[in-house]
Amino acid sequence: MKRREFIEKTAASTAFLSLGLSLSSFKPDIKHITILHTNDVHSHIDPFPLDDPRNPNMGGVARRAALIETIRQENPNVLLLDAGDIFQGTPYFNYYGGELEFKLMSMMKYDLSTIGNHDFDNGVDGLTAQMPHATFEFVSANYDFKNTTMDGFVKPFKIFEKNGIKIGVFGLGIELEGLVDKKMYKETVWHNPVETTQDMVRILKKENKCDLVICLSHLGYKYSKDDSNKISDLKLAELTKDIDLIIGGHTHTFLDKPTIVKNLEGKEVLVNQVGCYGINLGRIDFYFDNDKSKSANGKSIIV
Amino acid sequence: MVNLKNYNDVLKLFVIFLTFFLSVSCSKQNYNVTKIEGKQIAITDKEKQSPQFENFIKPYRDHIDQDLSSVLAYSPETLDKSSGKWQTPIGNLLADVTLQRGNTIFMTREKKNIDFCILNHGGIRSILPKGNITSRTAFEIMPFENSLVVIALKGEQVLELVDYFIATKKPHPLSGITFTIGKDNVAKNILVQGKPVEKDAIYYVATNDYLSNGGDNMNFFKKGVQKFDLNYKLRNILIDYFKEVDTITAKNDVRISEE
Repeated sequence: MKRREFIEKTAASTAFLSLGLSLSSFKPDIKHITILHTNDVHSHIDPFPLDDPRNPNMGGVARRAALIETIRQENPNVLLLDAGDIFQGTPYFNYYGGELEFKLMSMMKYDLSTIGNHDFDNGVDGLTAQMPHATFEFVSANYDFKNTTMDGFVKPFKIFEKNGIKIGVFGLGIELEGLVDKKMYKETVWHNPVETTQDMVRILKKENKCDLVICLSHLGYKYSKDDSNKISDLKLAELTKDIDLIIGGHTHTFLDKPTIVKNLEGKEVLVNQVGCYGINLGRIDFYFDNDKSKSANGKSIIV
Repeated sequence: MVNLKNYNDVLKLFVIFLTFFLSVSCSKQNYNVTKIEGKQIAITDKEKQSPQFENFIKPYRDHIDQDLSSVLAYSPETLDKSSGKWQTPIGNLLADVTLQRGNTIFMTREKKNIDFCILNHGGIRSILPKGNITSRTAFEIMPFENSLVVIALKGEQVLELVDYFIATKKPHPLSGITFTIGKDNVAKNILVQGKPVEKDAIYYVATNDYLSNGGDNMNFFKKGVQKFDLNYKLRNILIDYFKEVDTITAKNDVRISEE
């Protein structure tokens, strides 16, 4: 008797659940994902002083935290990302080695960060030492930490599921040789970002069917003609496919608005960077629709 | 008690829905991006501060403030980098202290003496004010994380260094080297540790890692024959000097003279 009762109840509730799901799939279903991002914060925890000649009274973690919280209340489907160079720039780093930076980012509920060249400033071991203070994760697809103490702390990519939308995020780092002392990065191996990206988009887009692919990059926005061989975010966007958004860092580039680049297939890629020192928070809102007629019309990008 | 008929109805309904549900789920929901909005939000005092974060940061800030504010030395006068054409007391002080403290390490490690030191005028970011001197003063003068390196330069490159000095028309801090700028704007009587420069001799030059890599167009450093990394931040050199002395004394001897 008990068993039958159980079956009945389960059957009824499953049916009801199916009904709800089935009906919702008839009408167009709009999903909203908000990507928030920072880069090159460089240990700037306090706002700049009022008499600072360049950025008076700008930035500050306590303000950024409040702003992020307000946005989360508007739309809970937020991904909060950082594009590296969390470390170095104020005495907070000299005194605490990045502990406070990681703790505050954890409190703000950062989801993911990539690794910048300055994150090696206390050596790769100095970075490893701060890992217990980070509840967020690190991605880098082209740094191989296998033979360093960072082994196991960094994934090539991470897939998030927010509001039914699958978001794949992979990380890219800048070439360390010539930029960071070898005694700092030790046996960290750097791989070509373009080739790495080809692998990443295959895994994220083709194999895992992500609805959105984001590259979290510390390669730099663009370089002058003298450095024309150097890979940048703008170049990466042109030379690859299946990336929707590149969030960059390293060059401390202040943009009036995100840049739109045509990729290898002629599709639009958004490239963004928000300067440095936590002066700005980047915000990219993606709206998804499962109505085929609407999707066929392409997307509108408002920047 | 469960009515069997009722149960069957429910089961039928269940099967129908399950079939329907599965058929819907099997054709994967395809979500496509229809709209993207991108913007940048400036973090200003218009944002309220999160008290939770402010309270969390405070003990860290207080500790640093207290440490940076503790008095290490006293300066009887204000030293300003804009107070001379070819040399300044603050530049002399920085180059002298870097040479002296660097030499102690270099001697221990390499059994050699540093011959002279050159830094860049642009790297002095603040005055050394009259009165109490703290670690904060050192952070203000040298906010960068540059560390001390010694480059082995041939005499020929020492001459290039002097040409560079005259061409840039700036009082780059120098210690251990003296010369006279002739009326024709060419250097003469170039002495390192009081001895004339020989083109093929090797000179050990203390500078920072940024300049040693050609920073500030100091390209002569790229022709160095050997590089020694002393792993000593320039700011820490200054802090250690402040800790060592009671009163700061900047020398004002003539290092560069004009004809």
